Amino acid sequence: MEKNKYLSIFKEGVLTNNPTFVQLLGMCPTLATTTSISNAIGMGAAVIVVLMCSNLFISLVRKLIPKEVRIASYIVIISGFVTAVELLIKAFFPAIDAALGLFIPLIVVNCIILARAEAFASKNAPLPSVIDGLATGIGFTGALTCIAAVRELLGTGMLFASSDGTGGIRIFGEWFTPITVFLLPAGAFLTLGFLIALVQKITATSIERKRIHELELDALDAGYHKTLMRDPETGKVVKKADILTVGMDPADPREENKKDDAEFLDGENKDTKGENA
Amino acid sequence: MSEIFMIMFAAILTENFIFSKFYGICPFLGVSDKPSTALGMGMAVTFVMTISSAATWAVYYLILEPLQLEYLKTIAFILVIATLVQFIEMFLRKFIPALYSALGIYLPLITTNCAVLGSALVNIQEGYNLLESVVFGFSAALGFTMAIVVFAGVRERMVFANPPKSFQGYPILLIAASLVAMAFSGFAGMNFAR
Repeated sequence: MEKNKYLSIFKEGVLTNNPTFVQLLGMCPTLATTTSISNAIGMGAAVIVVLMCSNLFISLVRKLIPKEVRIASYIVIISGFVTAVELLIKAFFPAIDAALGLFIPLIVVNCIILARAEAFASKNAPLPSVIDGLATGIGFTGALTCIAAVRELLGTGMLFASSDGTGGIRIFGEWFTPITVFLLPAGAFLTLGFLIALVQKITATSIERKRIHELELDALDAGYHKTLMRDPETGKVVKKADILTVGMDPADPREENKKDDAEFLDGENKDTKGENA
Repeated sequence: MSEIFMIMFAAILTENFIFSKFYGICPFLGVSDKPSTALGMGMAVTFVMTISSAATWAVYYLILEPLQLEYLKTIAFILVIATLVQFIEMFLRKFIPALYSALGIYLPLITTNCAVLGSALVNIQEGYNLLESVVFGFSAALGFTMAIVVFAGVRERMVFANPPKSFQGYPILLIAASLVAMAFSGFAGMNFAR
């Protein structure tokens, strides 16, 4: 039970409530730092650390903070962690610091972190809050990496170049002319627009499919389905034709195979239904 | 003097906050549905950013630097900006109600606008003096206002467009922003600063 709860928090943060593609929070770093995969992962890692620390800390002191000044207190807590992360990056990863520029200190005003503090950490125990921070952070990093992969590949023809612009694996051969616009601001807007459209398309299709499935099941239970029905004895899904011919011919070999058929159909339910709709 | 003009032109056109630096994208996408709302937001940002440039400059060079607390600038600046926004709101409500009724609803949104904190941090990074800081804050905000108003104009026309279903909402908005950004990148050839 507990485990399920954490799993659903995780899935919520990474997929169904993805901060970038679904909620469109924290757009500034999303557009600015996705010129290469290593920059995107550097930014994502910084956000994961800040989110987990701030969520943990805010959750620990959530009962001590008066309601009226909670936003101000959250901002102070967050900016404390951001400063720590900024100094660490400056000390150990100078190339990432040079590439990301002001966007590390600007994590302070990133709406994702304040939104998680307000919507989750201020109402939940420390452990779920940390998991929520981790999940949201991973969702953010994943989204950034997707955008960066498209931009880096089309903009340079390479992937995984390091933050100072050296190295990288050439994906396209010499014939490929880099489309520089993907590294410019215009390319950032364009890539994000198309990726969000893709996400909306996938979500819409899966919702549509789920709806059709439910309608089919309703029809089946009511006995109105065109080709399928429930076996009155076992309750399993079978073809109408099978049931109606069975019994008419005592030597019908299908009688023996009925059980197997029904199992097969149960497994294939979704596909058969999709075609019928 | 020419230094000042260079900072101004760079901040408004070549290094536009929205289309080349990506500071303040949230209000850019959030409140750009009508030119009038966009103008209101832009004016509120201009007001706050000009004052906060001076205030954060003073806090950095008069308090943090003498005490060797430079590493606290992020915390100090966000607190200064939050306080300033609150203070401006109270001041306008009491003394200039006409301006308050025009800008009031946008003011609380400005604290978490990364353009304001961003301009304060750029001022320190570039080592601008007080005058240059104020000019930079003012002109960067002017560039922000121009971008958001221009985009609101584009967006108003898009109401009549009928994009494919998956592109409705933000995707088509971002693609339109991309086209406007492409137009703005034409200014990049004009090298005013450095």
